[in-house]
Amino acid sequence: MTTPGAPSATTPAMTPAMTAAPTAPLSAGTTPSTGRLQARFAALRAAGRAGLVTYLMAGDPDRETGQAVLDGLPAAGADIIELGMPFSDPMADGPTIQAAGQRALKAGQTLKDTLAMLARFRETDTETPVVLMGYYNPIYSYGADRFAADAAAAGADGCIIVDLPPEEAPELTGPLAEHGLHLIMLTAPTTDEARLPAVLAHAGGFLYYASITGITGTRAADEAQVAAAVTRLRAHTSLPIAVGFGIRTPAQAAAIARNADAAVVGSALVDRIATGDDPLGFVAALAEGVRGARL
Amino acid sequence: MTSALNTYRAGADERGHFGLFGGRYVAETLMPLILEVEQAYRAARADPAFQAELDGYLTHYVGRPSPLYHARRLTEHLGGAKIYFKREDLNHTGAHKVNSCMGQILLAQRMGKRRIIAETGAGQHGVATATVCALFGLQCVIYMGQTDIERQAPNVFRMKLLGAEVKPVTSGSATLKDAMNDALRDWVTNVEDTYYLIGTVAGPHPFPTMVRDFQSVIGEETRTQCLAQEGRLPDSIVACIGGGSNAMGIFHPFLDEPGVRLIGTEAAGDGVDTDRHAASMTGGRPGVLHGNRTYLLQTEDGQITEAHSISAGLDYPGVGPEHAWLKDSGRVQYVPVTDRAALDAFQMTTRLEGIIPALESAHAVAHAMELAPTLPADHLMVINMSGRGDKDVNTVAEALGADMGETLV
Ligand SMILES: Cc1ncc(COP(=O)(O)O)c(C=O)c1O
Repeated sequence: MTTPGAPSATTPAMTPAMTAAPTAPLSAGTTPSTGRLQARFAALRAAGRAGLVTYLMAGDPDRETGQAVLDGLPAAGADIIELGMPFSDPMADGPTIQAAGQRALKAGQTLKDTLAMLARFRETDTETPVVLMGYYNPIYSYGADRFAADAAAAGADGCIIVDLPPEEAPELTGPLAEHGLHLIMLTAPTTDEARLPAVLAHAGGFLYYASITGITGTRAADEAQVAAAVTRLRAHTSLPIAVGFGIRTPAQAAAIARNADAAVVGSALVDRIATGDDPLGFVAALAEGVRGARL
Repeated sequence: MTSALNTYRAGADERGHFGLFGGRYVAETLMPLILEVEQAYRAARADPAFQAELDGYLTHYVGRPSPLYHARRLTEHLGGAKIYFKREDLNHTGAHKVNSCMGQILLAQRMGKRRIIAETGAGQHGVATATVCALFGLQCVIYMGQTDIERQAPNVFRMKLLGAEVKPVTSGSATLKDAMNDALRDWVTNVEDTYYLIGTVAGPHPFPTMVRDFQSVIGEETRTQCLAQEGRLPDSIVACIGGGSNAMGIFHPFLDEPGVRLIGTEAAGDGVDTDRHAASMTGGRPGVLHGNRTYLLQTEDGQITEAHSISAGLDYPGVGPEHAWLKDSGRVQYVPVTDRAALDAFQMTTRLEGIIPALESAHAVAHAMELAPTLPADHLMVINMSGRGDKDVNTVAEALGADMGETLV
């Protein structure tokens, strides 16, 4: 397995899209955590390939199993990790991730446990960016300032908060920025040109394009639609663009990776974790698809 | 005004916040839709033709105005305040829910939406939604928790007769909050053709404001009727709180009348000192759920907990954000009422007045039964009879059979 992000032996030529996407401006580039995402996307760009972003739910199905999967992801080929913070009412998630959250909560997973899980991961991996993904209430309950401080200390690089659109984002962007963490913003097919600047005003790290209207783990968008959307987004931002929702197979991941800067796989991996069906082997297959996409 | 604020009726700011509460905490996919609803609603409000059409349906289809009825025997029995019922139970479909459904269905049609979704707890909102969809020939999908489907069977059948598809929700606690989650998941998936007809003053802005506006007809009529019948405003108004739409509707026109005491009754289930209740303002703390910040029942770690109430329509772990704001500002007092007190009130209202109240409304009557005897005979008290209790007879039979069979001779 190659080192994630390192150039492969046959470095392909950069695609026009890649050259057109310069390094994202970073608000607090001096702190190490802020730099991990930037460094990873720079390395991917240098390698002329897109990244693989894998999502797993913290504490699913239990703490030890979840930790083992998390710790194994970089070697299996994940370039960036989204670590889900379980919530009782995940209103943007489909049955797979709903069930994963319920399993984690039933096993007693708390926000503190999730941060501890990340800190343990950082004992052996200081380079792979980790983004915490979830809903706002557990963070609000924990305290936005305290959360930002503890997440940064645990080794997080940013957050994706599903129910925090730009209209409500300011209450979290302040605390996150203070601790060098990015708020990664979501855009959707319903986000039009007029609205995009408002989304981008808060966006850091990378831009997450949810390629379908709907919940996680259902259908996938086709390659042409995604390509058109990515082109449209690139006209507005220099941030790297990750595309997710509905990507289930190495072939689908590869199709996305031809246009986007990263492909996100969530529910399909969560399914493999739930059934214990070689999740890391599945990640390796996805990585192979993504790495070969532009060859 | 002697209070700290000039007015309590200004409502939400342009971002939909009532002080700390309210807002639009939804996925980005939904934001453009919510902005579209807000824009359409603003345009409709400014259009006299919209109000005229709504008024026509409220008069000839819903049967408004609903009476303000002097509950003479209940008043005599309690021996204190003079008690009136605002008879929302006499509306077509049997509850206040239809007021907001009528307004929202006209809005949905202006927006060109042909598929209507809604969540329901007691089934009253589901029935009202299915009714207006039948009236206008629109497709209707109702999300209802499996637990509620079992305890509100007559309403489930009514919805089906009206042509609605009732989708059972088994996730989480399988009650109202989970039905709302699934309705939001549907909306985010079917953004083009679907209107989410929210049943209470909750959800993301503009729903809390819009539903309150449509329900304010209750309070406006009450004001006019009380002035006509008594020559003055009431001294107190009592209403039950699920999400809070019947209460917001009757309170809102009186918020700036300092002489009118406003009391909301939350469902205390087995008691607020137990973990089986639905009193989010008495027993919860601020948090974010279903698109807004409000008081929520939740764990220390910010996970939403299950609510418990004998009344399916009050079985919700949150409350509309405007109520959260009115609680903190002190303008409205919120008190908990247990299942047992509501059951007592249910029977007393039925026996003394020949009116079977909804179990939800019985929570308001229960508090009035406690309060009225302590007040003078010239104190005018209005109870919002938000709905009728035909839908609840199975639940009540079961509860009385199990708990107090003796009293049911
Ligand atoms: C008769 C009746 N009253 C009250 C409620 C509670 O809702 P809200 O607090 O929005 O009035 C319901 C809800 O189903 C109801 O059916």
